[in-house]
Amino acid sequence: MSEVKRIATRQGYGEALCDLGEQYPNLVVMDADLAASTKTGMFAKKYPERFFDAGIAEANMASMAAGLASTGKVVFISSFAMFATGRAYEQIRNSIGYPHLNVKIAASHGGITVGEDGATHQCIEDVALMRNIPGMVVCVPSDVIEAKAAVKAAIEYNGPVFLRLGRNAVPVINDRPDYTFELGKGTLLKEGEDVTIIASGIVVESAMTAAAMLKEKGINAEVINIHTIKPIDSDIIVRSARKTGKVVTVEEHSVIGGLGSAVCEVLSEQCPTPVKRLGVPDVFGTSASASVLMHEFKLDGEGVCEQILDWMK
Amino acid sequence: MENLELQRLANEIRKGIIIGTHAAKSGHPGGSLSIADVCALLYFEEMNVAPEKANDPDRDRFVLSKGHAAPALYSTLALKGYFSMDELNNLRHLGAMLQGHPDMKLTPGVDMSTGSLGQGVSAAVGMALAGKMDKKDYRVYSILGDGEIQEGQVWEAAMYAGFKKLDNLCIMVDNNGLQIDGNIEDVCSPYPIDKKFEAFNFHVINADAHDFDSLRAALKEARETKGMPTAIILHSVKGKGVSFMENNAGWHGVAPNDEEFASAMEELKREGEALCQK
Repeated sequence: MSEVKRIATRQGYGEALCDLGEQYPNLVVMDADLAASTKTGMFAKKYPERFFDAGIAEANMASMAAGLASTGKVVFISSFAMFATGRAYEQIRNSIGYPHLNVKIAASHGGITVGEDGATHQCIEDVALMRNIPGMVVCVPSDVIEAKAAVKAAIEYNGPVFLRLGRNAVPVINDRPDYTFELGKGTLLKEGEDVTIIASGIVVESAMTAAAMLKEKGINAEVINIHTIKPIDSDIIVRSARKTGKVVTVEEHSVIGGLGSAVCEVLSEQCPTPVKRLGVPDVFGTSASASVLMHEFKLDGEGVCEQILDWMK
Repeated sequence: MENLELQRLANEIRKGIIIGTHAAKSGHPGGSLSIADVCALLYFEEMNVAPEKANDPDRDRFVLSKGHAAPALYSTLALKGYFSMDELNNLRHLGAMLQGHPDMKLTPGVDMSTGSLGQGVSAAVGMALAGKMDKKDYRVYSILGDGEIQEGQVWEAAMYAGFKKLDNLCIMVDNNGLQIDGNIEDVCSPYPIDKKFEAFNFHVINADAHDFDSLRAALKEARETKGMPTAIILHSVKGKGVSFMENNAGWHGVAPNDEEFASAMEELKREGEALCQK
């Protein structure tokens, strides 16, 4: 078996901005002193006249982006998910969300895979925070290919978008000729009839690994990638829930307010189905390497498989 | 424009503020009345704006960072012809074009949605930055409250504007000395305001907010200042023009009742008549 390529979703973000800079002359990128980490530095190098480093001032960056967008720019603002959506929450809500301005909040270092920096930097609430803002699109790409597609889709969508990106190199899972990306549309990755696993972000790979392990135990799981958590593809969720009668959600986020909550909202109203939410329970993260943390929180393939088997007993 | 004409316009703006807040039975008359004169000068003399080019990319921009003074902005925009004065009767009513705080999506002439203090000035910096990027000649004006500058975001914005030498940006601090909880010096003193902006690499000008010669000179000096943004400290009287509202923090966020409305309108009517006889 050939070795799986591993690339961080933030890398895809940086490359996509560079690739699209020429096609979209009104594209402007801002950062808050983390350009090397969020990968906006690549755009800064290629298009210095269209890049602004706001310094360590996320609130000002968000509202300045609103002012820039009001003149017709498409503005991407980047920082770590913690500071972009936490520190600047109210600026995103009032300066960007309320007037539905064309600002994209592309936040890297989402989730516990931030690793050693620990709980202060591991944002597990960003999807919940952004999902509540009226008119905000929330997108969590699963690999570098999806991240690139999401950046292009975000530019073409007129209004605010939250893109959650990760720090660590993760397996490339969407490298196939028939791959397509549409905001608001989930992707059926594997058909099955015993249980539905719905995942978003870098744990889509965990869900696929878990599905392969479950197969060995005689359980045929269906796997769906929900890259756009808002607006959510309720059709694909309901269709699968009707078929399998059991749904498991997997996310590298608090189980409160993210993908699991969004799926429960859909199913409770349209197709009441037992749901097990896997993610970070109602606790903060902690310092350790990303892989140790994924194992500890049972969000790697093995952990997801184990949790599903426990639940299905 | 003649000062007398501007005085008449400012008096009409004040009437609109009283009509609007009375009709809404809520709102912020005190801090609206204090900026009526500067609004008149900005919209009828200083700024390159007009209703027929409300979306012109080359127009000057205005951001009311102290968004609670929306009645002053609405009254000014109506007088300028962006919409009918009658709209002020619907201020803050269900379905109204005139929201409690400025809404750029609903109200013609409003360049930025504001209301949460500290954010508007950052948006103004973003607009000024865009102007420099696009090599456009438009200028960006923004009015902040003197209480508003207690918000840390104002200084993040000021640091960036000074650093970027945004000489197309003119911010004005409505220094009426009062905020909701009382005198700004007693709540959390922002003084010295001028030295703070100087330290953030602004050119600073002091002006009498109710004297058109002083305001005009300040705006001219701001326009002629190159290589740095300008901050004008507007020395103003909260509630200016309605005697029982003047210098009273109690009129920050309270609307006049019917009796107070009649009394305020009578005073403004007399003032208007006096101005016509000059």
